[in-house]
Amino acid sequence: MNGHAILYTGVTLAFWSTILIVGICYTIFDLGFRFDVAWFLTETSPFMWANLGIGLAISLSVVGAAWGIYITGSSIIGGGVKAPRIKTKNLVSSEDIKTVIGCPIGRRTIGPASSSIIFCEAVAIYGIIMAIVISNMAESFSGTTPETIGARNYQAGYSMFGAGLTVGFSNLFCGICVGIVGSGAALADAQNGSLFVKILIVEIFGSAIGLFGVIVAILQTSKVKMGD
Amino acid sequence: IANHTHPYFNVDHGYLEGLVRGLKAGILTRSDYHNLAQCDTLEDMKLHLQSTDYGSLLTAGNEDLTVSLIDHRLKENILTEFRCLRSHSLPPLSTFLDYITYSYMIDNVVMLITGALKQRDVAELLPRCHPLGMFDQMAAVGIARTPAELYSAILVDTPLALFFQDAVSEANLDEMGAEIIRNKLYKAYLEAFYKFCQESGGATKNIMCPILEFEADRRAFIITVNSFGTDLSGVGRSALYPSCGRLYPEGLRLLARAEDYEQVKAVADYYPDYKLIFDEPEAGSSRTLEDRFFEREVKLNTLAFLEQFHLGVFYSYLKLKEQEARNIIWIAECVTQRQKSKIDNYIPIF
Repeated sequence: MNGHAILYTGVTLAFWSTILIVGICYTIFDLGFRFDVAWFLTETSPFMWANLGIGLAISLSVVGAAWGIYITGSSIIGGGVKAPRIKTKNLVSSEDIKTVIGCPIGRRTIGPASSSIIFCEAVAIYGIIMAIVISNMAESFSGTTPETIGARNYQAGYSMFGAGLTVGFSNLFCGICVGIVGSGAALADAQNGSLFVKILIVEIFGSAIGLFGVIVAILQTSKVKMGD
Repeated sequence: IANHTHPYFNVDHGYLEGLVRGLKAGILTRSDYHNLAQCDTLEDMKLHLQSTDYGSLLTAGNEDLTVSLIDHRLKENILTEFRCLRSHSLPPLSTFLDYITYSYMIDNVVMLITGALKQRDVAELLPRCHPLGMFDQMAAVGIARTPAELYSAILVDTPLALFFQDAVSEANLDEMGAEIIRNKLYKAYLEAFYKFCQESGGATKNIMCPILEFEADRRAFIITVNSFGTDLSGVGRSALYPSCGRLYPEGLRLLARAEDYEQVKAVADYYPDYKLIFDEPEAGSSRTLEDRFFEREVKLNTLAFLEQFHLGVFYSYLKLKEQEARNIIWIAECVTQRQKSKIDNYIPIF
C-alpha cells in the first residue's frame, strides 16, 4: 500500500475505535444519560445555527462555482489555441473594445464559451443572494434559558441553518455539473460550431437545479421571525 | 462505454486535453487524402497541404522538395508537438507520456546494438535514432559486448532498466540476440504500460487497455509469422509473447505450437476481431497483413476521442499523427514514382 492509503486507513481506524471505546465506556458506567441530544439542541444558541447556515450558503456555493469555472476555463484555454473563436470576443482586441463602448451591447455576441462561465458564476450569485437574505433575518432576542428564548427563535435558527445547507449543497453540485458540461461544450464547439447551442440546452437544465435549491431555501426561511 | 468523468482531471490536464483536441481537428480527412491522391507532382501536394493545418511547414526554407524532405518535416512536426505536450504536463500525464517514449527508446537501443555489430560508426547511427527515444549515454550503447554489460554499464540509469530483467539472461549479443532482446524489452514494457493504465482506472483504462491488448496480440502474431524458417523454436517464441493481450493464455499456447501460416490463421479464427484481419481479402485488393493491423489500430485510436477527461487522447493523437505521416509519404512515393494504381492504399483516419 502506498503512503496515502496507509494514512487514510489509519485515521479511519483511529476515529471509529475512539467512538466505539467511548460508547462502550459510557454504556458500562451507566452514563448513557450524558449523551443528551435535547440538551445540546436547547443549549446551543439559535444564532450559531443561523450563522452556520449563512456561512454554508455562501461558501459551498462559491466552491461549486469555482469548481465549475476552473473545469470549463481550462478546457476553453486549451481548445482556444487552435479554435480562437470559442473564447470571449469582447475583450480581445482594441477594435472589440471600441465596439463594446460605442455600440449597443446587442450587436456584439458574447463568445460561446463565456456563457458557460456565466452559468457557473450565476451559481455563486445565488449563494450570495441567499446569504444576504438569510442574514437579514437574524434579529436579537433577550432570552437566556430555553423557556425564555421561546420556540419561535429556535425554529428560526434551525430554518436558517437548513436553508443555508439547501442552497449551499445544491449550488455545489450545480456548479460542478455546469462546469463539466461547459467543458464538453467548449471542446465540441471547437470542432464543430453548430454544436454549441445544442449543448447549451443541457447546461440550462443543469443550471436549473441550482435555482431549485434557492427556491426551496426561500420557502424554508419564509416563516422565520427572530426576536421577542 | 462506462463513464468515469473525473472532476479533478482539468486541474492538471485540462489545458493540454483542449490543446490535443484542437490539434486532432487538424488531422487530414478523407477528402484531403482524395485531393492529395489526385496530385501529379510533389508541388501540387505541397499546395494542397498548405490549406490544411500543416500550413507553411513544407514551404519554409528553400531546399528541394523531395519525399525525404517531406518525411523529415512531418516527423519534426510530430516531435515538436509531443515535446510541447510533455513539457507542459504534470504527473500522471507526464508518466504516461514517458511510457509512450520508452518504445522508441527500445528501438533506438537495438538499432545501436546491431549497428555496432556491423562495425558501423556510432556518429553515423545517432541521427537515425528516433528523436522521441533519446536518452543520455546513447552513444555508449555500441561499446557493450554482452547484455549484462549493456545493462550494468549503461541502461541501469535509464528508464529501460526496469524492463531489462528478462533480457539480461541472453547469452550473446549477435544479430539474433539483438532481436530477442528487443522483443523481451518490449514485452516487459508493454506489460508495465498495461498495468499503469489499469491502475489509472476509469476512462483511461477503458480506452487504453483495448489498444494495448491489441498491440500485444499483434506482436504475438507478427513474431510467430516472422519466426517461420528461423532458429526460433516455439518455446523460444512463447517467452517473447506479451501476456497482456486477449490471446493470453490459450491463444498464446496455440501460437507457440503453430508451424505455418495456416495454423496461425486457425488460431486467429477463435477471436472474431482477429478472424476479420486474417481473412483473405477480396481479389484485387493489395492490403497486406500489416496494413490490416494498422487499420484496426487506427479504428481503436479514433475511439479515444469519444470520451473526455482521460489520458488516452494523447497516446491516440500521437499514433494517428504517425499514421497520417505514413499515409502522406505513401502518397508522395506513389506520385513521384507514377504508380497511381496503388495510391489508394493509405489508411483513412477520420
